[in-house]
Amino acid sequence: MSAARPPATARRAAALGPGLVALCGVLAVVAFLSVTLGSRDIGLSEVLRALGNWTDDGSISSTVTLQLRVPRTLLGILVGAALGVAGVILQGVTRNPLADAGIMGINSGAAAFVVFAITVLGLRGVGVYVWFAFAGAIVALILVYAIASFGREGATPVKLALAGAAVTAGLASITSGIVMTNVDALNELRFWQVGSLAGRYAPILTGVAPFLLLGLAASLGLGRALNGLALGEDVARGLGQHIGRTRLAAFAVVAVLAGAATAACGPIVFVGLVVPHLARFICGPDYRWILPYSMLLAPIVLLLADVLGRVAARPDEVQVGVVLGVVCAPAFVAIVRYARLSEV
Amino acid sequence: MTATLSTVDTLVGVDVAGRLRANRRRRAARSAAVTLGLAVLVFALFVVTMMVGSFRIGALEVVSSVLHLSDNAGVDFVVRELRLPTAFSALAVGLALGASGTIFQQLLRNPLASPDFVGITSGAGLAAVVGIVVLQAGGLVISGLALGGAIASALLMYVLAWRDGISGYRFILIGIGVAAFLDGLTGFVLTRAQLFEARQAMHWLTGSVGQASDVELRLLVGGLIVLLPLAVLLQRPLRALELGDDSARTLGTRTELSRAALLGTALVLVALAVSVAGPIVFVALVAGPIANRLLGAATGGIVPAALVGAALLLAADLVAVHVLPTPLPTGVVTGAVGAPYLLWLLATTNRQGAGG
Repeated sequence: MSAARPPATARRAAALGPGLVALCGVLAVVAFLSVTLGSRDIGLSEVLRALGNWTDDGSISSTVTLQLRVPRTLLGILVGAALGVAGVILQGVTRNPLADAGIMGINSGAAAFVVFAITVLGLRGVGVYVWFAFAGAIVALILVYAIASFGREGATPVKLALAGAAVTAGLASITSGIVMTNVDALNELRFWQVGSLAGRYAPILTGVAPFLLLGLAASLGLGRALNGLALGEDVARGLGQHIGRTRLAAFAVVAVLAGAATAACGPIVFVGLVVPHLARFICGPDYRWILPYSMLLAPIVLLLADVLGRVAARPDEVQVGVVLGVVCAPAFVAIVRYARLSEV
Repeated sequence: MTATLSTVDTLVGVDVAGRLRANRRRRAARSAAVTLGLAVLVFALFVVTMMVGSFRIGALEVVSSVLHLSDNAGVDFVVRELRLPTAFSALAVGLALGASGTIFQQLLRNPLASPDFVGITSGAGLAAVVGIVVLQAGGLVISGLALGGAIASALLMYVLAWRDGISGYRFILIGIGVAAFLDGLTGFVLTRAQLFEARQAMHWLTGSVGQASDVELRLLVGGLIVLLPLAVLLQRPLRALELGDDSARTLGTRTELSRAALLGTALVLVALAVSVAGPIVFVALVAGPIANRLLGAATGGIVPAALVGAALLLAADLVAVHVLPTPLPTGVVTGAVGAPYLLWLLATTNRQGAGG
């Protein structure tokens, strides 16, 4: 933490803008791969023809490309970006490298509501689970924030962490209690809780896209506030920041982003936790850069994992949550081992 | 020290050294009182666990039967053969989880850094789930696999995180990576399993204190007898580590050695606990914070945290087996028992949180 800026930092700052453009290019390439590759082997020319027509002419290649792969890819981009950004914001607000939406009760809230829909209301199907999961995620986050806000200090990082843990544990207890006594619910939940982009068709995409786009746009305005918080609360106050308001705004953005993402695809772990750290390796501590970098890095990671899961076990698929753990986690560990870390 | 303090006294006109001494005395007294209170609570829960059930037995009868003072064949059978193992396993697992949880949180200086977080329980879970789903094993084999998985993943993490010593932040990140890797594999195995095996696996992953066999329990108790005092002995260097590595070195702590010894202690404790009862969530995470809240200024005691863990687990097991309409695995209830108490603590706490 020296006061003088080493020249390397200045060089890095100059390279960040072009780097962002390059990442856009990478994302475009990965998205193209996601449309052209899949568990069904369709020739490149067929895919391009379908994309060129842009209307489903009833042929298998056209239907798969336009009805399945394009929505899936767009959803992957949006959900990935949302999870990455939500992770950055939560880590910044709680100043904790371990924070992500999962720890703040999002996944357990979503799971609890999904299980409720299955057991009590007897509903089935991904299209139904979406809205229950969304509601559950938002309710859990509101609960966590409200609990952490008790007492004199308001929602301090430690209290947020503990409140998140408590709400997660309480909800998970209820969920597993129901699942242990209900075979149907267990069977549905074991597939929902892995997290996947498969079987999420166009209606789900159009359902959650507005929330995701809104949240992503709002998140870009949080960079300066997060930079202030990173200096410590007293300094941030000294700079004229309203800490409580910052936290509340950040939490609202996270609720929309992570809630909609989890609702659409189930609890996708790892992306929200790890991408912020990758972005920090690249950008250093400035959140005004970390946010857009995460917004691009996260969908790249997610889509790559998804493509890999589709082509690795043809004609079957491996869920993206599994691929993220098995392939991306070791890569992340390697990066952590050899990178110079900048702390949260 | 006293010389400078007495100079200060004359300057300020206040007995500073005396006040410091009084402060220290107050802290020690509170710490002793809290520890004693928790011990009494744990003992009471331990006895109650053996009293209730389809066949009710009085407290005195239970105690005398356990201590082999009475001679009533029926009571002795129920208490010693049926209920003592479960109660003992809840006690031992709770102590181990509470102690290891608080050691992790203090070493890594992060309130979220419970052993569940960093791959150890994930390793145990993966090994056990593979055992259940692929090998269709049961009982002792599963416990052995879980123990092996926990220790293997702990070693893997330690090796991966080692680069001229262990930095807390790097260890946490590597732990996240390892945990995600193992959980991914576990999820994959679960989606490929038949429903029957998947149910069994989910049951194991929830964790229960009633599934322990004698062998594992003996291992765990032996581990506790050796490791808990060791952990308390290692607390002094741990206290210095809390000030940060540089300050600790200045105070003459051999940071790397203490950290390795402490981490090793916590790892073995949690590995043994998981092999006995499965990965019971939440206890390791909140035992430390709850104990600290009770201790006030004298935070960070390993023994109080261990006792809180034991109290949580014993209470959870009572609820899981006797209060609910159908007996459920203990892990289902730990969160439901611990969460309200933690929320109350949070609601009444006024201390400023310092981010990890």
